[in-house]
Order: sequence, then C-alpha cells, then structure tokens
Amino acid sequence: MFGQMTFPTSRFDELRRDMDRLFDAFGMGLSRRPYARAAAYPAMNIWDAGDTLCVEAEVPGVGRDDLEILTVGNELTVKGQRGPVEGKWAVHRNERGTGEFTRSVTLPCEVNADKVEAVLDSGVLMLRLPKAEAAKPKQITVKTT
Amino acid sequence: MADETAIEKRETQDLQPTERMRSGRTYVPNVDILENNEKLLLLADMPGVKSDDLDIRYEHGELVVHGSVQPRQDAEQGNYMLREYGVGDYYRAFQVGEGIDSSKIEAELQDGVLMLHLPKSEQVMPRKISVKMK
Repeated sequence: MFGQMTFPTSRFDELRRDMDRLFDAFGMGLSRRPYARAAAYPAMNIWDAGDTLCVEAEVPGVGRDDLEILTVGNELTVKGQRGPVEGKWAVHRNERGTGEFTRSVTLPCEVNADKVEAVLDSGVLMLRLPKAEAAKPKQITVKTT
Repeated sequence: MADETAIEKRETQDLQPTERMRSGRTYVPNVDILENNEKLLLLADMPGVKSDDLDIRYEHGELVVHGSVQPRQDAEQGNYMLREYGVGDYYRAFQVGEGIDSSKIEAELQDGVLMLHLPKSEQVMPRKISVKMK
C-alpha cells in the first residue's frame, strides 16, 4: 500500500523539516499538522537501483528555469517555485499551492555529484544519482580450501 | 475539504463509467477554479500526463477530465526507501453550469498542469449598462 513507508520520514528529513517550516514557503494557507509522510513539498519517492539511487518528485507547473537541485555530500536539496495565474480572478476553489518550496533529504549513501542526471518531464522530476564507489554493492567471492 | 493538504494524493472514490483494462490506482488531481467576466479557468495538477493521454469531455453540464499515466518507476516493492506517493491515472468530474459555451472550450497542458478555458456564453456575460444622461 503506497504511503506506508519502510522508514519514517524523519530518517531523511529530520534536520530539514523545521527549516522547511521556517521558510513556510509553499503558502497554501492550510493548518500545519505534522504528517507521518510527506511533511514537505514536493513528495518524493526514493529507491535503490543497485549502483544508482533514484529520486523522483512530482512538481507540476514548475519549469526547468524555476528549479534548482543541489547535492552536498549525501544531502540532496530540491528548490523551486511556481507562480499564480496572472490577472484578476474570483477564486471558487484553491487546492493547488503556489510559491517557493525547498526540501532537503539525506540520502542513505554518498553519491557521485558530478554524474547526477536530472530529467524534468511533464512536471515529474527524475534524478539518477550514481553511488560513490565505496557505496556500491560489491560481490565477495568465497574461496574454498 | 479544508483539512486535507495538497501534498498528499487522494484516490478517487468515483465510479467511472468505463472499466479499466489494467489494474492500477486513480487519483484526484488538485484543482484551482477561477472566474472572471469572460470565462471560468480550471487548473489541474496532473504530473506525468502528456497531451495524448488526456481525455476531456463536456456534456449535459458535466465536465470530465481523465489523464492516463503509465507506470514509470522501475522499482520493485522492496527497493523503495521512501515512498510518499503513487503513480496512477487522474480522474475528476465537475458540475459546470449551463452558462458555458462548450464549442469554445480550450485546453492547454504544460509541465503536467492542465489549464481549461471555459468561456461563458453570451447570455451570461455581465453586461455593462450605460446610463444615458437626460
């Protein structure tokens, strides 16, 4: 069942969750309740693909120029923003947020920052982060005497 | 629903008129509905949807938006370290009043956001009434 995480969010976010709240960047005007999952925007899926870590985030309405991705050691930060619709409008419903967002996650291992690939397609950001040599899984051969 | 956060994806409870061929989840896209004198503007967050995957219908005052999304994460169940959302189709239906000129509905899709322009029909556009001086 999706949403049931193997690890609690805090394992990745604990340093940053309070910082995210300080920025209060996303400005949705909703009450800030602590959630067990996706405490920050954007929601992310992270999985291990052997020699690479894959991180995917849904960021609809954010173009390439509005996005900033940084890696420092094993910490990944995704920042961006999207603006409201221009013009004067009466608002009947407002479920989408606008404004700036920033989210940092601590990756489970070091990655090779020079070889990170990022692709933005139809509002989906996909990052492939090659693990640093030392972090890659290595087969160990067992000798028999 | 003021209590729900826009961050979490909601699964739809609606029954869809047609059955799906493959199993998968369907989500409710978050929308903004705006209005000015000329039109209604509906924006829906549907990341991962491209124009070929969109099916938009307007009949009998009901607007139905359906976006198909193919599975795209090449991970098996056990490999996820963090899983905060699922990947699936988007579906939402709206009651729209009769005052829309359905022949002029326009749809734009950019960066996974659907923007629907629903121009008001002539009769319902607010008319300025000029006051003549006697």
